[in-house]
Amino acid sequence: MSTVLYDAPGPRARVRNRILAVVATLVVLGIVAFIVYQLFASGQFSAAKWELFRYTAVWRKIGSATVSTLSAFVVAAIGSLLLGLILSVGRASNHAWVRVPVTVFTEIFRAIPVLILMLIMYYGLPTVGLDFITPYTAVVTGLILYNGSVLAEVFRSGIESLPSGQAEAGYAIGMRKTGVMSVILYPQAIRAMLPVIISQLVVVLKDTALGFIITFNELLYLAKFYGSQVTYGSPIIPSTIIFGSIYIGLCLLLAALAKWVEVRSRHSKKLPRDPGARDDLAAAETKAIAMQANQVGRG
Amino acid sequence: MDVLLNNLDIFVVGFRTTLVLFVWSALFSTVLGLIVGMMRVSPVPVMRGFGTFYVNLVRNTPLTLIFFFFAFGYPKLGLPEFSYTWLAIIALSLYTATYIAEVLRSGFNTVPLGQAEAARAIGLSFVPTMTRVVMPQAFRAVIPPFMSVLIALLKNTTIAAGFSVHEAGAIRAYASERGEPAMIVLLWVAFFFIVLVMILAYIQRRLEKRWKVAR
Repeated sequence: MSTVLYDAPGPRARVRNRILAVVATLVVLGIVAFIVYQLFASGQFSAAKWELFRYTAVWRKIGSATVSTLSAFVVAAIGSLLLGLILSVGRASNHAWVRVPVTVFTEIFRAIPVLILMLIMYYGLPTVGLDFITPYTAVVTGLILYNGSVLAEVFRSGIESLPSGQAEAGYAIGMRKTGVMSVILYPQAIRAMLPVIISQLVVVLKDTALGFIITFNELLYLAKFYGSQVTYGSPIIPSTIIFGSIYIGLCLLLAALAKWVEVRSRHSKKLPRDPGARDDLAAAETKAIAMQANQVGRG
Repeated sequence: MDVLLNNLDIFVVGFRTTLVLFVWSALFSTVLGLIVGMMRVSPVPVMRGFGTFYVNLVRNTPLTLIFFFFAFGYPKLGLPEFSYTWLAIIALSLYTATYIAEVLRSGFNTVPLGQAEAARAIGLSFVPTMTRVVMPQAFRAVIPPFMSVLIALLKNTTIAAGFSVHEAGAIRAYASERGEPAMIVLLWVAFFFIVLVMILAYIQRRLEKRWKVAR
């Protein structure tokens, strides 16, 4: 195989690559062995430290924490998709009095760190009279405001990536702007951007973990709680391993869905071919970050 | 305005720590990202595999979870001790490195294969092919997303506030002890973040303009 970086290997290069493969494997195995040894040496694998996780009640709690993480995720995901749609429609408006405020809104909320948004919701709003805010609502609204703004940009760039003939053809057959947007542009844009949209949803799921910092009763919060049970030898490492695996497992599932959609849409004939794009999920996510920042401060 | 001026010391210390976290993490994650990125594009399948595994695993881990491990778990392992600030820098670097690795990889992917083939055809060996043909083109494609990763890193530093690092995200907690209204303090923090992000976005645009790919 020949790539930009190297030609198809000859006999000497093959030998060298094999040596490199062995060396790399040894280095990685060494690092893994070191970590496992340290875990072992500091007594993290002792039965006493895992005792706590043998109780059904503990696992029932873990189940309900997973549910509350997931419910925050689902509400935030739906909310940010809706907000993203509304904002992107607003940004495409012909009226400056709609377009300008919407643009400013998206730019500002993309520039503020999500955690600061959540802190504003949780600690700030009650001081100005809105004292019904719970950690859950703070997490969800913070996530919606931030990811809604990011998704608005994703939708917008999806529409911009369409050939201009699409909209022109719509107008030519007498459709109004509403019709062109809803029947021609958005369906294509959403289809084209689906991998980016789903990888942004992975970001939403990852960011629900921020709720830990504002005492939202979710997975990490419970991990800290069980991890500091002195009677069971403060099993913080076992607890991190268990709760971490749950979190990473959920994110990997969602990422796998994104990958599946991406592969499917690559084979779809309904999408315009982009010869320069050698996209995969990672590139899509990089594109998403690029978009998160690109427009900031331009409005 | 009074809230800001009366507590300037807290704000200055907070944002200084944020910048310390940002600069060191940017440095370390670039180095680590270079290594992982090179593994991801190397001709050795095993190295590609390790690179992919690392990137996929860490990307799908919430940054808060990485912080959680380093702030609470790491000190129990009997390894050399670090301050919370350095643990935060390690966590941020490990996380951001995966994004940098992906930026580098997709940067190389933007260079058409014909460029390298042409270079080899006129007899350039590996080093000149890289330094004269591939790198200059890849570099241009890498700059804008690289800056975006740095902007994301800047925003991510706030998470350290939840793990005993006195940085911008923690300003509210310190100001509240003095009885300052949380809302106004937080709005100032948000304002300064917008300013910092705008500065980075401005630099990004300047670089982008300067290194625009002319194809």
